Amino acid sequence: MNKQLILALSKGRILEETLPLLADAGIVPAEDLGASRKLLFDTNLPGVKLVVIRATDVPTYVQLGAADLGIAGKDVLLEHGADGLYEPLDLEIAKCRLMTAGVKGCEPARARRRVATKFVNVARRYYAEQGTQAEVIKLYGAMELAPLMNLADEIVDIVDTGNTLKANGMEPRELIASISTRLVVNKASMTMKHDMLKPLIERLRLAVAARRKTSDAPA
Amino acid sequence: MTIADRWLLPDGMEEVLPPQAARMEELRRALLDQYHRWGYDQVMPPPVEFLDSLLTGTGTDLDLQTFKLTDQLTGRMMGVSADVTPQVARMDAHSLKRQGPVRLCYCTNVLRAKADQHQGGRSPVQVGVELFGHAGPQADLEILQLALSSLLTAGAEEIHLALGHIGIYRSLVQAAALDPEQERAIFGALELKSPGELAARVAEGVRDPALAEMFLALIDLHGGHDVLVRAREVFAEAPQAVGAALDQLEGLSAGVVAAYPNVELYYDLAELRGYQYHTGMMFAAYVPGYGQALAKGGRYDDTGRAFGRARPATGFSMDLKLLASLEIQEPTRDGIWAPSDDDATLAGTVAELRRAGERVVQALPGQRTGPQEHRCNRHLVQDAGHWQVAPLNQA
Repeated sequence: MNKQLILALSKGRILEETLPLLADAGIVPAEDLGASRKLLFDTNLPGVKLVVIRATDVPTYVQLGAADLGIAGKDVLLEHGADGLYEPLDLEIAKCRLMTAGVKGCEPARARRRVATKFVNVARRYYAEQGTQAEVIKLYGAMELAPLMNLADEIVDIVDTGNTLKANGMEPRELIASISTRLVVNKASMTMKHDMLKPLIERLRLAVAARRKTSDAPA
Repeated sequence: MTIADRWLLPDGMEEVLPPQAARMEELRRALLDQYHRWGYDQVMPPPVEFLDSLLTGTGTDLDLQTFKLTDQLTGRMMGVSADVTPQVARMDAHSLKRQGPVRLCYCTNVLRAKADQHQGGRSPVQVGVELFGHAGPQADLEILQLALSSLLTAGAEEIHLALGHIGIYRSLVQAAALDPEQERAIFGALELKSPGELAARVAEGVRDPALAEMFLALIDLHGGHDVLVRAREVFAEAPQAVGAALDQLEGLSAGVVAAYPNVELYYDLAELRGYQYHTGMMFAAYVPGYGQALAKGGRYDDTGRAFGRARPATGFSMDLKLLASLEIQEPTRDGIWAPSDDDATLAGTVAELRRAGERVVQALPGQRTGPQEHRCNRHLVQDAGHWQVAPLNQA
């Protein structure tokens, strides 16, 4: 049988950092991903295809076997749960922090804290671990607005530079997890296509290691 | 509830329509006949049991999977069977109490409280076999072979068999004397096959450098037959049980290759599925196009202990619904159409044909559908007082 591998990529910010890494590993899309409205692309490697989908959909595609492997942020993986997924490689790109944040100088006094986030599962787990009763409010964007409009006492969100928080008079509080982008692999694919998958993972591993070396070297 | 959604079924509950129902029934019979020929006796576990017996020694996953209800007669909690295996283990340990090896098979509906991640439904039909009372690898090989031949019976063409052995990880954990917290952390990292995560957890928990090395090596011990070769090197200084586990896997793979040369073998020494109850070799069989294993099994000694008799046990189970989807067959157009007629000789002829095993569909008065819709390729025509079977002109 002619085997093929489908690699699912997260759209957006992660994609911009993913493509150069893939190129370092010798995986190049056959056409410009940005120029086309297509969603499925060939690559220079025979049998390896790319799909470009929403970041939050990547774990689902890989879990259900629609894609054999995928590239997704740890934040998305934490939120989605990792059942049926392997996570063999930290790609060390698109690094950021998943944090709680609130209005600067304003201690959350309520016994029952209202938390706005799109990471509903992560937030529930985190506050439960802290022993804090939290009421989680699901929002899809502009988290920073929620405390200002008195919709929530705190937010749980990705913090990169912290500038958006600062601009809105807020401060980062507790670190929930350090986030980076991971390679995930479907378990059934690993069983049936390990002869194709393992060399591909190794290529990526070497590319990541080579980058680490360059960035560690004194400028 | 509005009229418009009265037909709606709960999530994951499905009805099986023709021709799929016929295909499932045909496959069910073929499998049970096959198990009968291998010496397995059929059992029928009850659909509902008291929770304490249903969930003994099975772990939290099954607890979450089990629908619960109260027995109004005793006030005790009952569970709807979500997995037949512990029930069959109880039958062997408590109800049958036979000496020597006991071979049992079953095919029964189960209910799952949660649909699995593959949207596989909450009402699978579980079919499988269990072999009690023999601890040797010969019993495991018999189970493996029976699983593979079940898949072939169902029409699987390209089978990938994943083999593992829980004894390897267990021995390392024992040797390293990990506390439950550390063990859970290492377990999680291995389940993810995440080397970075594993390195951090092992550094925290495993003090012996040689053992730490072995834990770290485990993560890459998956792939083709070279895995066993590499494992011999890695585990040269490991507890003796690890070597014994590798010997067993070697023996099993030789047995599988001899009997089923077309099956692709894959080894994963870090596979920890069913860690709470598995005690020896484990396997899962995959077929391309399915994101989940079609057959899963392995050794789970001692489950009978809670019922008064600890017995070696090995077995596997499958979902008949999934299996039946391997081969989609158009139902054959093989019936005989009998007209709606009160003629006494017609009734006699129809009865005779049915006795001979023919499918005869008799028209009802005023019926608008014809032989085509009822999958008939022949019909009965009267010729000089006799009813004869004649071919139908196919439209």
